[in-house]
Amino acid sequence: MPEISRRTVLKGAGAMLGAAAFARAVAPASAWVANLSVDEFLQRHYKELSRDEMAAVLARLEAETEEKYGVRVQIQDVRPQPGVQFGYALNLSICIGCRKCAEACQIENNHDRRTNNSYIRVLEMQKGSLDLERGTAIYEHAVPQPDKFYMPVQCHQCDNAPCVKVCPVDATWKESDGIVVVDYNWCIGCRYCEAACPYHARRFNWTAPEIRGEEINPDQSYLSNRVRPQGVMEKCTFCLHRIRKGRLPACLEVCPTGARVFGNLLDPDSEIRWVLANKRVFVLKEELGTRPRFFYFFDK
Amino acid sequence: MPHTHETGAPARPPVDALLSYPQFLWKALGVATDGGLMFYAWMTALTAVFLVGVNAYTWQLVHGQGVTAMTDHVSWGMYIGNFTYAVGLAAGAVMMVIPAYLYKDRETHDVVIVGEILAIAAIVVAIGFVSVDLGRPDKLWHMTPWIGRMNWPSSMLTWDVVVLTVYLLINLHVVGYLLYMRFLGRSPNPKWYLPFVFVSIFWAVSIHSVTAFLYSGLGGRPFWNTAILAPRFIATAFVAGPAFIVIALQVVRRLTSFHVGDGAIRTLISILRVTMVLNLFLVGSELFTEFYTGGNHTASAQYLYFGLHGKNALVPWIWSALTMNVLATILLHVSSAHTHLWRIDIACALALLGIWIEKGIGLIVPGFVPSTLHEIVEYLPNQIEWKISLGVWALGLIVFTLGLKLAVAVFTNEMRVEPSKRNS
Ligand code: SF4
Repeated sequence: MPEISRRTVLKGAGAMLGAAAFARAVAPASAWVANLSVDEFLQRHYKELSRDEMAAVLARLEAETEEKYGVRVQIQDVRPQPGVQFGYALNLSICIGCRKCAEACQIENNHDRRTNNSYIRVLEMQKGSLDLERGTAIYEHAVPQPDKFYMPVQCHQCDNAPCVKVCPVDATWKESDGIVVVDYNWCIGCRYCEAACPYHARRFNWTAPEIRGEEINPDQSYLSNRVRPQGVMEKCTFCLHRIRKGRLPACLEVCPTGARVFGNLLDPDSEIRWVLANKRVFVLKEELGTRPRFFYFFDK
Repeated sequence: MPHTHETGAPARPPVDALLSYPQFLWKALGVATDGGLMFYAWMTALTAVFLVGVNAYTWQLVHGQGVTAMTDHVSWGMYIGNFTYAVGLAAGAVMMVIPAYLYKDRETHDVVIVGEILAIAAIVVAIGFVSVDLGRPDKLWHMTPWIGRMNWPSSMLTWDVVVLTVYLLINLHVVGYLLYMRFLGRSPNPKWYLPFVFVSIFWAVSIHSVTAFLYSGLGGRPFWNTAILAPRFIATAFVAGPAFIVIALQVVRRLTSFHVGDGAIRTLISILRVTMVLNLFLVGSELFTEFYTGGNHTASAQYLYFGLHGKNALVPWIWSALTMNVLATILLHVSSAHTHLWRIDIACALALLGIWIEKGIGLIVPGFVPSTLHEIVEYLPNQIEWKISLGVWALGLIVFTLGLKLAVAVFTNEMRVEPSKRNS
């Protein structure tokens, strides 16, 4: 009898020790749990939110940004316009590789400053070759170098987008005007889309973005440049909060050479249509069948 | 082990089977927490490693996956590598089910439960690794059918979640049912488990093929985008699974009174002799195609085996893996289970480790190096990733140990239903 009770007592003590150790091990998570809000947790998918629900979500997100960064921002839900299909083209003959577009993207889209993030990567390529293997994104000398040309790469808003195909929860999709978007509140952070993208266009929020309140661009939208949460995917949207209101993408506006051409593919008089009809145009990795909305061309 | 499927199972008389179930659970709890000094030491060690992993994971949860070595260039690493390997282990367990049920190998049949318990534990590990890889585990419910928004059938990841879950349930059912019937002192009714066993054979192949399709379906990653990936996955699975079981069976034989016949081990060794050669053949075919063709598509293989532009972090890993696999194959063919079982054990351990590298880090990381824009950013797991990974494996071993303990207790009649209840 005493043998059994001793064993039971020991087992009990073991269980208590284990529980205490477990509590200690998970203690740091309390900060994470405290940050979870029930509304955020239960929020439905973007496409399932009614107008009123969306208004409430936007208000909540604005309040959160103010609380965290001390700035008042305006987050809108800017919808696509009918009769518009966006397309973008880039003139490789005149791009000088100054990376102003990448910088403008960072400011416009409220990117993490610590990692110097941007949706645009500019490759310095060897003249006479389109082989990416012979290009590099890391160069610190004066530009342009005589034997090089420069190829900025950003999201190609593919019509047959691998990232959309693979997302397990439909957190990323193609809008009716051709822009591929992410619902940052629906993404589970599996990064399958990042593995699938052939253009290195997607970025993951490995940590909460670091950005000072005064650097935040307050003109924001739900599907594009609002400050992203930790642990979710993000990507270039051609600045949909601008283009859907008739403005141009930030990267285009800042380009000193005029290498960038943007517009509505359905408008026969648009500059983009003229470029597509008259220039030697190509898309990157055409053989993959992704059907990009982003075109490259040469002048001569 | 939580399972409720078999409670409604063969009921003769039905009330009895239902009423005894709580007793089964209660006694199982007793068996799971009771044992010799060795058992306590082993479980304490596993629990300690598990808790270290839990602690590292909470750190990652709070600060984001920036605490790992992963980047936008190499966006999957240690976790997804281990996930892939664990799925293989789970699928490989079926190499015991096939001889036991299809070829009616009696001695294998007696211990087939070990394979099924391995399948359960390995799936727990696999699910554990996908979970720790998620940036937003709090949003996992988005993937549940109907409640969330599952992108099925388009996303292979949703397929994987479905097949893994079903495989787990099938194995839980079979193991739970067989043990419970034994516990009641009845002979199991084939109707209630044989169909599931046969489905599980097909299902094992499906879980690992679907896992291969996760990668091979991505056109932008030439290293993965090859039809040979699924066959290679299956071949490695059929090495890793049997190799693990060969070792596990001997441990069970040494440490418990459960009867493990030589026949089962010999059957597994014969299987291994074939699957290991098959695996090497597939590796060879892949290497030939990669290097003979050349060009940009070879860049990842070049990086993995020889380094690229002076970057070569994975070279020692993959050559170790290749060496281990070749050595294991040779050792297995020149050793006899009668006279040199220890050599076979070394071969199994080598194969387990070799495939862990080849199919973990060696498969996942080169998919990202060079990146899709041909940048070379290297990756090796950091301390946090090691801690979390070891923690997940410890959890798997805890499940495996407890499962085995329960099975042994039931099969050796140490754990039986109380007669008074049985006849009530
Ligand atoms: S990271 Fe987010 S958007 Fe990308 S596939 Fe996973 S859930 Fe979808």
